[in-house]
Amino acid sequence: MDEEQLHAYVDGTLSDAARASVEVHLAAHPEDAARVGAYRAQNEALHRAFDAVLDEPHGLHFRAPRRDRWRWPAALAATFVGGAVIGALLHASWGGRGAAAGTVAIARQAAVAHAAYMPEVRHPVEVAASDEQHLVAWLSKRLDTPVRAPSLVAAGYRLLGGRLLPPAGEAGAAPVALFMYENAQGKRLSLLVRREATATDTAFRFAQQGATNVFYWVDGPLGYALAGDVGRDELSAVAQGVYRQLNP
Amino acid sequence: MPSFTAAEIEALIPRLRRFARALTGSAEAADDLVQDTLERAWVKRELWQAGTNLRAWLFAVMHGVFINGVRRVRATESLDAPDFVGVDRADAEASAETAIAVRDLRRALLRLPDEQRQVVLLVGLEQLSYAETAQVMGVPIGTVMSRLARGRERLRQLLEEGLPDRHGLRRVK
Repeated sequence: MDEEQLHAYVDGTLSDAARASVEVHLAAHPEDAARVGAYRAQNEALHRAFDAVLDEPHGLHFRAPRRDRWRWPAALAATFVGGAVIGALLHASWGGRGAAAGTVAIARQAAVAHAAYMPEVRHPVEVAASDEQHLVAWLSKRLDTPVRAPSLVAAGYRLLGGRLLPPAGEAGAAPVALFMYENAQGKRLSLLVRREATATDTAFRFAQQGATNVFYWVDGPLGYALAGDVGRDELSAVAQGVYRQLNP
Repeated sequence: MPSFTAAEIEALIPRLRRFARALTGSAEAADDLVQDTLERAWVKRELWQAGTNLRAWLFAVMHGVFINGVRRVRATESLDAPDFVGVDRADAEASAETAIAVRDLRRALLRLPDEQRQVVLLVGLEQLSYAETAQVMGVPIGTVMSRLARGRERLRQLLEEGLPDRHGLRRVK
């Protein structure tokens, strides 16, 4: 019996006559019948394992690639003296984009943390900005890498303080730092900083969860996600400020 | 102008996500792959030929993204991650035995060579015809058939042997 016929039988693409002839063959060849049964079970198992994905909510769209995702780094570089250096750096980071999978998780984590702590009146942070030196030393120690709290004063946001979050993945992974900022109107932004397993720089990316917008990127060993219930343009400007400070 | 609408493409996103999830074994890597596929499809949207299967075309775009390593993802066994669909949803509804079977299947899939896994999934999960699968992967139909045969047989062996767990022990059935 032709192997191809057996697979076509499994996939139900045979004519009635061809199907009947395969069935005659299978009746006489129990080993082939066992294989065909196993392959059919595989198809069914694939649906059991993955059909739930069909009903999951997702934020993906078919539209022009986001301008800031693709062109922003170039535009950003152009605004600097010494832009050529930054341009080269960012260009290099595009080349390395390939290994940077899984960065969506950081955006998700930032959006969730922002939603949890942003409305806090009395305890938005664990360590207040008045104790910034301690805050930064503490978070650097816990993340086991130097962490900074960039100043967003130029954008109108002052540092409220920060807190430690559990890692999103397995226990034992490095914890995560969350800085919170506030402007004069009481609007808050959250900057999440965490160690990235794949230390490959990425371009800036944008995500959205409900009213919360998130810009996120990976820079060296750290991933950053800036989340806020503010417009995309404003958030993008602040994110540029953060990036600039971290890459002087 | 392309003669499909954004809505037609977006209606297919769940299918792309399902396939990508099975292909990469990770929710995050899958959505990154779908995101890149949608962007690539946007850029190439004029190249779609009216009258041909839009879904197969999208899978072909995804195949290109996947193999070109634009976002090359090593299939990882991050299957116990809580955000992996099925662990928290499908499995909760199913019996523990089914949950184990589903987990074993995902693990076994990731042990197949990429090109065999793609064919097994395009045919078995996405129900593309052999001709469409050949088109998606840019190979002759005979290659599709041999990959399908090898992939299914390898999967059967892996599932029947039982997969070694983290400590290298095999579960006894």
